[in-house]
Amino acid sequence: MKILESSYKELPDKEDQFSIFADQDADDGYSLTLSIENIHCASCVQRVEMALKEHKEVLSARVNMSTERLTYSWRGAKSFGDFLANKVIDLGYGLKPFGESVEGNSKGQEKTLLRCLAVAGFAMGNLMMISIGLWSEEVEFMGVATQDFLHWISVIIALPAIIYSGRPFFFSSINALKKRHANMDVPISLAIILASMMSLFETINHGEHIYFDSAVMLLFFLLIGRYLDIRAKGKAKESAKALLAKLHGTATVLLHSKRHNIPIRDIKEGMTILIAPGESIPVDGVVLKGVSEVDMSLITGETIPNLVNKGDAVFAGTINIASAFQLTASKASQESLLGEIVTLMERSERSKSRFVRIADKAASIYTPTVHVMALLTFLGWLVFGQTWQLALLNAVTVLIITCPCALGLAVPVAQVLAGSRLFKSGILLKSGDALEKLAGIDTVILDKTGTLTLGRPELIDKDYKESHLQIAASLAVNSKHPLSQAISMAYSGELLGVNNIEEFPGFGIQAFVGDNEVKLGRRQWCGNENDKETDEIELWLSINNEKVCFKFIDVLRKDAKDTVKYFQNVGYKVILLSGDSNKIVSNIAKKVGITDYHGEVSPIDKCEYIEKLKKKGSKILMVGDGLNDAPSLSLADVSMSPSSAIDITQNTADIVFQGIVLRPIIKTIVVAKQAKKIIIENFMLAIFYNMIAIPFAVLGYVTPLIAAIAMSSSSLVVILNSFRLNGKGIR
Amino acid sequence: MDVLIYLIPIALLLSFIGLISFFWTLNNDQYDDLEGSANRILFDDEKTR
Repeated sequence: MKILESSYKELPDKEDQFSIFADQDADDGYSLTLSIENIHCASCVQRVEMALKEHKEVLSARVNMSTERLTYSWRGAKSFGDFLANKVIDLGYGLKPFGESVEGNSKGQEKTLLRCLAVAGFAMGNLMMISIGLWSEEVEFMGVATQDFLHWISVIIALPAIIYSGRPFFFSSINALKKRHANMDVPISLAIILASMMSLFETINHGEHIYFDSAVMLLFFLLIGRYLDIRAKGKAKESAKALLAKLHGTATVLLHSKRHNIPIRDIKEGMTILIAPGESIPVDGVVLKGVSEVDMSLITGETIPNLVNKGDAVFAGTINIASAFQLTASKASQESLLGEIVTLMERSERSKSRFVRIADKAASIYTPTVHVMALLTFLGWLVFGQTWQLALLNAVTVLIITCPCALGLAVPVAQVLAGSRLFKSGILLKSGDALEKLAGIDTVILDKTGTLTLGRPELIDKDYKESHLQIAASLAVNSKHPLSQAISMAYSGELLGVNNIEEFPGFGIQAFVGDNEVKLGRRQWCGNENDKETDEIELWLSINNEKVCFKFIDVLRKDAKDTVKYFQNVGYKVILLSGDSNKIVSNIAKKVGITDYHGEVSPIDKCEYIEKLKKKGSKILMVGDGLNDAPSLSLADVSMSPSSAIDITQNTADIVFQGIVLRPIIKTIVVAKQAKKIIIENFMLAIFYNMIAIPFAVLGYVTPLIAAIAMSSSSLVVILNSFRLNGKGIR
Repeated sequence: MDVLIYLIPIALLLSFIGLISFFWTLNNDQYDDLEGSANRILFDDEKTR
């Protein structure tokens, strides 16, 4: 047992969970960025920053309200960062480490687009200024020299701006063409390039009409759409590989009676592994020595820890919560159940049918239509005996005037507005098309523990006296067991002094209150040796041969029943899938009114179940929080998880919601439906605009002035229509 | 119309200054936290605390 104890000391305990993510700065300091919860107002920001800055080691501390991030840096020991983090947690704000790399990438893209947008805006403003001069005076009055002068200035402003700001579209269309298919960027690039070339040609030949302002305006509006789109997409999902890397660490292995720290992936079958309390179990195995309790919630979703004895099987990813024990690995780490879940996730990510967004559907109809239209215009004017220059001019006008400003803005504007509105109520959209998919679901699959319920046991008021609860609580405060903690939570009065506390892992706590020996723990251990274990969650207190039973339940979220009822009223099929025992699951299902429920479902079964439903054509929303739900979350059409879920699950889910109620799910669905309606309206507006504008362009009645007005007004109409999303009142 | 020779370069120069300052603010991460910055003006001065 000596070895076990010393091994416990050397292993990193939970305290340095934050500082391991810290980066070393140049001048001997460290900096750390964490995601912070519950930041609502300026005073929250100030309170957090003040709490950190009052330590003189802290170099800087800053809360970013928009992204809910806290960044701080400090001098001195690395572990001081944890002390600071705990200070913030003590103030009541949740902190979590997060993956930086993925986000850094999209930030860079955002900035590039902003730069392009700024240049396009600069050029557009100046070109407009010059164009107004051109439009307001006839050439005869102005003189050809002045007109040419203004035209050449336009060329000098427009060409560099188009080359700079058009890059996102040019590169994207080149990439698409290389892969031999056309995307929305191909007609855009074509229109812009043709318009610029033609305008340059006109300028050289002292012509009258140049379209630089339209080309740049087109870029400007489309870049706005593109920028908003990137913002809406937000943080990309971390792949399942990153998940595996996260779980990779080192394990303490006993080789030839000596302890070694080896990477988890190097663990082979038959090795003896030392597991300290609080540590997660690295591989599937069988207990060799020692008794402990293991929190299986990651795998099964069960709330109450399992007692494990010599010979019992334990699974990778579960957490040892009671005392140190030794384990014989029964499989290599990759073959462990946890490894299987990861493989499952990778597979479902791949098999996820590519969702066709409304915008893509629109583009696939739009692009060929417009090109055919332009080609016909060109041929038509040639047939009627005009010069090829004039024919080309009119064809290019068709391309310019139909160019999808409004179409490009239709989706992103609505999405950003819907997203920011949800963000304000603590709902974070992680994938851009989540809202679109959510608007089309017909089945809701719920997990039990942590989703319908809060995932923590609570004491039921029944046959015990207040004095008994007092004694129990006095013992319970000394234990980390979830049931003990539930007892301490339930009791708010004064605690008694206890002596000689001893915790027997898997059984309970024993101590002296005054002269009386008191035991708090399992039924058999507290003196009812002959009783059978029951399904109920209970804890027994034995004092002077008197025995008291405390019963617990995993409480439902407050609005679980109402939420289920709402889904059923709307016409969704509601299904409950859980890893917990059938009896508990059916109990809960009855309470919330779900008729379709399945218990004792393994993560793999969950996936198969969802796959079967998908084959039947159901569109599924999955809500879950445990690791056991992660593969099904990524398999479902769209997924949500509460922010109390573990990191991996949150990373997998499309949408994460905060708070202890389920109402956010309903809210998200309502907003998603509104957003979809608005997006369709936007498309209608864009099509309506094109139906009016195209005939004029084909017949050659469109001048640069008309093109400019038509383009900006159609974009404005779409933007204004999208803002109706903010006005509609739902709580 | 001769005045255009001066006015157009002046207009261009002014808007160019605007563009450059936008780039400068962008590189200074001033758009990373629009909501927070709006609230920060409400903070009390650190020294008075």
